Amino acid sequence: MDTRARTRIAGALRSPLTFSVLAGLVIGALFLLGTGADPVTAYEAVLTGALGGDGIGSTLTTATSVLGLALALAIPLRAGLINLGGDGQMVLGGITAAVTGLYSPLPAPLTVVAALLAGMAAGAGYAVLAALCENRLGVPLLVSSLLLSYPAVSLASYLARYPLKEPGSSLPQTRALPDGVALPAFGDSTVTLGLVLVALAAAAYWFTDRRTAVGYEIRMTGLNSRFAAYAGVERRGLTLKLMSVSGGLAGLVGAIGVLSFPYRFVDGSLTAPGYTWTGLTAALLAAAAPPGTVIAAFFFAVLQVGGLAMERTTEVPRELTQVLQAIVIVFLAARLRFPGRWFAFGSGRRSPESEAV
Amino acid sequence: MFLDSDLLMSALRALTPILLAALGGALCERAGVFNIGLEGMMLMGCFTSVATSWFTGSPWLGVLAAALAAAAYSLILAVGAVTLRGDAVVLGIAMNLLAVGLTSFLLRTVFGVQGTFDDPSLAGLPLVGGFTPLAYLSWAAVAVAALLLSRHVWGLRLRGVGEAPDAAATLGVSPAKYRYGVILLSGVLCGLAGAQLALGNVTLFTENMTAGRGWIAVVAVMLGRAAPLGVLLAALLFGLAEAAGFRLQGLGLPQQATDAAPYVVTLGALFLTTARRRRTRPRTTGAVR
Repeated sequence: MDTRARTRIAGALRSPLTFSVLAGLVIGALFLLGTGADPVTAYEAVLTGALGGDGIGSTLTTATSVLGLALALAIPLRAGLINLGGDGQMVLGGITAAVTGLYSPLPAPLTVVAALLAGMAAGAGYAVLAALCENRLGVPLLVSSLLLSYPAVSLASYLARYPLKEPGSSLPQTRALPDGVALPAFGDSTVTLGLVLVALAAAAYWFTDRRTAVGYEIRMTGLNSRFAAYAGVERRGLTLKLMSVSGGLAGLVGAIGVLSFPYRFVDGSLTAPGYTWTGLTAALLAAAAPPGTVIAAFFFAVLQVGGLAMERTTEVPRELTQVLQAIVIVFLAARLRFPGRWFAFGSGRRSPESEAV
Repeated sequence: MFLDSDLLMSALRALTPILLAALGGALCERAGVFNIGLEGMMLMGCFTSVATSWFTGSPWLGVLAAALAAAAYSLILAVGAVTLRGDAVVLGIAMNLLAVGLTSFLLRTVFGVQGTFDDPSLAGLPLVGGFTPLAYLSWAAVAVAALLLSRHVWGLRLRGVGEAPDAAATLGVSPAKYRYGVILLSGVLCGLAGAQLALGNVTLFTENMTAGRGWIAVVAVMLGRAAPLGVLLAALLFGLAEAAGFRLQGLGLPQQATDAAPYVVTLGALFLTTARRRRTRPRTTGAVR
């Protein structure tokens, strides 16, 4: 192994990322000990529960939503913009897809396409509203996107409970979509073509980030927005573009949720699992880098699904996995890392990689 | 009549938690720390106050414990953003997320229930003249904060730290010390806000019961230009929106419309005011400068 490779590995090992994940797991273990559970058994239950034969389908279904939102939030985050309105954009996408699916006169396969597009358009339109609030009115995006999210969720909830409610049902849900208006599923599982769509989005993001001028502009804005502005990147336009892509993806996740089991819009089913926050956590963990975002999203999907298995075997509440996620980000945000000498391998050099997570 | 004294009373009751949290946020803002962890600190206060009040039977110990717990929790922001120079926005988001997970986790491990802890023997705060003592405290806190910021040397130095940290440091005023101070103070205030929410407005704990009030407080800081009186007006606006929402619900409007009312009103107010005073808006870059 040459010196450069060694320095790189040393840098990666003592990067804040490694430290944060390990610290999260250690603190999680302390919590487990505190509740009288065996950490090894509990973590084993998380892994086998999420990745074993019974859980993998569920993990991939969860990963579809988590990855979709992680990408949605990572794309503006790459330019330093935080979109906290994922919930609203996703829910509007979901309810729009449901309405399209229920009332479209087109044949079923075309209706599916129309519902996906309508969902994306709704999410994108709503996200653009938040971008306009920042551009035209000076309300920070972080705040405008989050505050706009609440009325959207309330509106969708109202629609599912009153005008669009399934007649005769006691549940707050719309009617089931007509036969054939659904994303094809793999075998008997709940995993649908939606996973492929989200994976394609990830690939497109990776390509844009690495190989295109726009991707370079986005990264440059994220690293130093004033320099990027000086170099001719038009910030308002970029904000608008990034938010429409971001909201479009969040809307797509909502539409996928409606076009998969149980093939209808159920009030709360999109927001209750907290995909937005898990997605944002994944994007932050990976510093919005495309491959890292995919890995982090899958990691958190495993945690979320595995948490249920852990709850069954060890009776430790599944909320522990949410605590774990947040602790990882706290450590990462505080940029803690292992002291250099632990992994220095005798070379006195400091690697720049460890600085740029 | 729609606008009557009852509406004003319920608006004043609804605004107390927002006001306390927003005051903390405003002080942080003045010292150059963008604190968006208010929601999480408040939620920690909610849980601690309920747990302590239930175990000790004293709501006052609950209030005290909430203030201490939220202050301890705010140390995450203080150490992370001031000492380690981490990103305050990311830290704040993580703190809000952590608080939701942690309080839900504790609710299940300590009380063995999921969702809501509601017990008839849980002691809430007494009402004095229709308001909890914490409501009076919040009004007094506005006056004290306004006087401190405008008249006292502490407030002057605090503002100096926020506006020109390097200059303040040159004059021997330690920005780090002032920032630790205001972050801890915002923790105390958010803890009181949480106690008011869980033992004053109602007497129970529900998962994620702050439901965006901490974010409304962040907006109140912006709306009120981080000035105590401005923050009071902004919080009053929110209180009125919430109270009017309940009133409209009584008149037959669906609950979803009233749920959304405070956010819509706050957003509307934010549009109207920020559009007019963009040049004078305090800078909130997110990171501690």
